[in-house]
Amino acid sequence: MSSIRLLVGTRKGAFVLTSDGKRKNWKIAGPHFAGWELYHLKGSPADPDRIYASQSSGWFGQQIQRSDDGGATWTPVDNKFAYDGTPGTHQWYDGTAHPWEFKRVWHLEPSLTDPDTCLAGVEDAAMFKTTDGGKSWHELPGLRTNATGPAWQPGAGGLCLHTIILDRAHPERIVIAISAAGAFRSDDAGATWKPINKGLYSKYIPNPTAEVGHCVHHIAMNPATPNTLFMQKHWDVMRSDDAGDQWTKISGNLPTDFGFAIDVHTHQPETVYVVPIKSDSEHFPLDGKLQVFRSRSGGNEWEPLTRGLPQKDCYVNVLRDAMAVDTLEDCGLYFGTTGGQVYCSPDGGDNWSAITHDLPPVLSVEAQTLA
Amino acid sequence: MPLIRVELPQHLRRLANLTGHETQLDVAAPVTLSAVLDALEARHPALRGTIRDYTTQQRRAFLRFFACEEDISLLALDAPLPAPIANGSEPLLIIAGIAGG
Repeated sequence: MSSIRLLVGTRKGAFVLTSDGKRKNWKIAGPHFAGWELYHLKGSPADPDRIYASQSSGWFGQQIQRSDDGGATWTPVDNKFAYDGTPGTHQWYDGTAHPWEFKRVWHLEPSLTDPDTCLAGVEDAAMFKTTDGGKSWHELPGLRTNATGPAWQPGAGGLCLHTIILDRAHPERIVIAISAAGAFRSDDAGATWKPINKGLYSKYIPNPTAEVGHCVHHIAMNPATPNTLFMQKHWDVMRSDDAGDQWTKISGNLPTDFGFAIDVHTHQPETVYVVPIKSDSEHFPLDGKLQVFRSRSGGNEWEPLTRGLPQKDCYVNVLRDAMAVDTLEDCGLYFGTTGGQVYCSPDGGDNWSAITHDLPPVLSVEAQTLA
Repeated sequence: MPLIRVELPQHLRRLANLTGHETQLDVAAPVTLSAVLDALEARHPALRGTIRDYTTQQRRAFLRFFACEEDISLLALDAPLPAPIANGSEPLLIIAGIAGG
């Protein structure tokens, strides 16, 4: 019988949550790296027991940890993220030029085919790669040196590369997102990049339809339809059907279209999930009701999913990397909150229950479906 | 040659798989902060980048160095450390600042 392993990164350590395919009874292991911030953990699709973890701290900087046994034991690997050459400048919050400075790894994306290869999205925004299981990292400088780079400006959370999407159907294609530069795509395995922000409208920037400068919060893709991308922008939920060349707004009847997390049903490429958040100045659900919204039509028509979620006095946030789906037939859906809860729906969002209420603030959730 | 004693904060002890509060290092004279940190990182590679920034080689802002009850965080990296540190009678303390209230 299949089983599920959730990799949960929090403000104070990493936790590994496991269950059988019923997803009713869970074991919680951890904290690993207690006291450190775990922005992201992700397992290799080619070898699920190979897991990479981004461990960081305001005191001690960045560490990368690797597990070869499904998260039971960990080994620190190389943590040197040096920009290639003289890194140059991007814009600071006040519009002045500011030198590129490495701060942390936000997102790790293991190769779809090689457990030793993994991409890392970092702050200040750049992409790094390892091909030796994390023993060394080197930058793919074509992204940072894109002609638009000097115009990139950080969002409130920093100039972070937080989303990386790989595509089995197009092995040379990589889609990424940076707050607050926008979305970019490479069609040559990361050598060169182009901004893919046409159709985005951000009324709070000087040119609302600028080539870059959009605060993209997250992008999701169903591997069966790789040209279709769903985006949670700062405000606005968007979709593209040409791998990001053009975006269309699909917020439809959402009560608010601000938010961070977005994901797609494993087996229904037009079924999309978001967690609406009240506003950019009030990072909690509307009216104290924690609601996941589901569209079965690829956007515009949304329904609230509330069964088993708190419907009063709930003032948590769900961060961009804190939602995941499994690949079981009924598509389990998971998300973690800044209040330390991790919720599970074993049936595509219809019914929810809390796996735990009491972790530190959750930064990321990844789901592994194990044979 | 006396062994140089270095006391580390808990998170770094865990990272380096140290069981006690101290690690002991062979450091050739002159014993400086730079020489001690080089030896520490060579003995415990997991600590690379945790005390000094990889790029700038500067002390991380929330860490402090103490020797013989004195804060020596601003001492030049290539300045000799006090004799009790160099002869191993006192440990060099690497302290993580406390934040919050």
